[in-house]
Amino acid sequence: MSVGEEATPRIQRTALVPLPRVETTAISGTRLSDVDEWGRSEHMREIVRRFYAPIYKHWFRVEWDGLEKIPRAGGALLVANHAAAIPSDAPVIMHGIEEELGRPLYGLADFFFRTIPWVGTTWSRVGGVPAHPDNALRILRDQGQLALVFPEGTKGPSKTYADRYRLRRFGRGGFVEIAMRAGVPVIPIAVVGAEESMPILMRLPNLAKALGVPYVPVTANMLLFGPLGLALYFPTKFKLRVLDPVTFDVPPGQERYSKSRIMEEAENIRMSLQETLYDMLRDRRSVWFG
Amino acid sequence: MAQALESDPDVEMILGMGTSEPSVPLERAEFVRADQTYSILSRIVRATQVDTIVHTFLVVDSTRVPGRTLHEINVIGTMNLLAAAGQSGSPVRQVVVKSSTLVYGSASTDPTWFREEMTRTSPARTRVERTLIEVEGFVRDFAEDNPATVVTVLRFANVLGTDIITPISTNLSRPLCPQVAGFDPLVQFVEEDDVVRCLEHVTRHRVPGLYNVAGEGRVPWAEVAEICGTRLLPLPPVATRQFAAPLVRAGIIEFPPELESLLRYGRGVDTSRLSRSGFTTRYTSLGAVESFIRATRLRRSIGKTPPSYTYEQDIEQFFRHSSAVVNTPVDG
Repeated sequence: MSVGEEATPRIQRTALVPLPRVETTAISGTRLSDVDEWGRSEHMREIVRRFYAPIYKHWFRVEWDGLEKIPRAGGALLVANHAAAIPSDAPVIMHGIEEELGRPLYGLADFFFRTIPWVGTTWSRVGGVPAHPDNALRILRDQGQLALVFPEGTKGPSKTYADRYRLRRFGRGGFVEIAMRAGVPVIPIAVVGAEESMPILMRLPNLAKALGVPYVPVTANMLLFGPLGLALYFPTKFKLRVLDPVTFDVPPGQERYSKSRIMEEAENIRMSLQETLYDMLRDRRSVWFG
Repeated sequence: MAQALESDPDVEMILGMGTSEPSVPLERAEFVRADQTYSILSRIVRATQVDTIVHTFLVVDSTRVPGRTLHEINVIGTMNLLAAAGQSGSPVRQVVVKSSTLVYGSASTDPTWFREEMTRTSPARTRVERTLIEVEGFVRDFAEDNPATVVTVLRFANVLGTDIITPISTNLSRPLCPQVAGFDPLVQFVEEDDVVRCLEHVTRHRVPGLYNVAGEGRVPWAEVAEICGTRLLPLPPVATRQFAAPLVRAGIIEFPPELESLLRYGRGVDTSRLSRSGFTTRYTSLGAVESFIRATRLRRSIGKTPPSYTYEQDIEQFFRHSSAVVNTPVDG
């Protein structure tokens, strides 16, 4: 009896009694699709994965190095170098992670994608999310998921073949700030092979301005295969190396972080990614066979 | 809302105001017919010494009223309301404003979830959105000038339910429902019961602040249409309005400008602040859709139910005030 009394906490007279929560059964209805709150559909992913698997395996012959550095649970922000006129690295990374680790990966990309009919919706269904800082924070911190971001933005894929494997500016380091706030590590991934899969020979800036798109490339694929070149990549050998996770010893959840610290960390990540790329290129004997 | 409040014995008096008569039977609530800009409100406030004003009359559906009327109702109406509530010696201690998540707009640069402190990412182009933003500005100023008054602004997502008629509900109940081709946005709904419950919650507990109100989860528009058994009518992604205009005129679809951007980019609002205040919606977004379509199916089968109640001033007066009526307590 005395045990029971001890277990019941005494309500102090001065304490505010919380309002009783009205327990009601939520009326939720039956879903007809499995589209989640980000617009991603595992069903769609599965179809895409099945279709993409042969391309991944036989066309690009993707090889990973250091995949074990990506955690199997909890949030992490993956960053990679970005290349090819229509980037071939994003699907490779997303397919690889989901196949090998069996966990979803959300690809953060420019809002511009959303404005293109069909492309935007498809991109959203296969795991694309607009790269808004708040979105990233929710995915990484609140939901403990993996997110992929290309800090170069469109500056990466829009560079011409002459600039291949030379990393562009890493935005304003926003990705570092997000990782700091979310309290998750940044895991850089160096991708070799994407640059040559759809190299840009020249850009048409006037046409891009007229169409209202970030860039209009003239690719080697287009010259060789005509309109088919918009979708046909060269069968380059893909090699990906996962670098050591970068953690920041700052308290998470801060409203603002030191800009100089952010820029410094971003630059460090950029440098190590650049070094790794050069290192991998030193070892590469052939663009096609690795 | 008034029905919900009537059941509370702590509420001494309920006074309803509107341009049209109430459509549900009310036991205790009094009703005053007003013009659409509430110009007599300050007299009523002085005369009745009300302590709470719940402002639910903001128009969020631009297909109902012409643009100028919309401005009159939303902007001028709210100005009169706040002026009445803020007059010197005002007895008003709480003002609740029913706004809409339309204030966030809908654009490609939006975050997936809007929190209350976020601002919209694109300029407001439609009249409804502009008036709502203006109204919320007035309310903010009012809250600043009257720190003793509890001011609550509720931003409701698109409302669906058994009775409410909005452009979205009209579209979903018809055989063809518009879609911007190539876009399948995620949309959020709140059930009309939850709207009432939420207004009641903040009024009763005097919860100050700004809150998003929406059902949990987001549903793709195509799925909503599928649940409602309507066929999607794809409108071209360019010159959408021009293509929609003749269809609107022919009465096939409803397509206010707010709906166009919603059908491109959707909208999501974060409701965690509201749940921290102790309120959870009973219906999820999908639950609201289902509640709506079930009511619609019933209407289709049995036809439009005639209103079970019509307000007649003299009869109401008789029942409430005549000495001939024997008032027996309800519970005996």
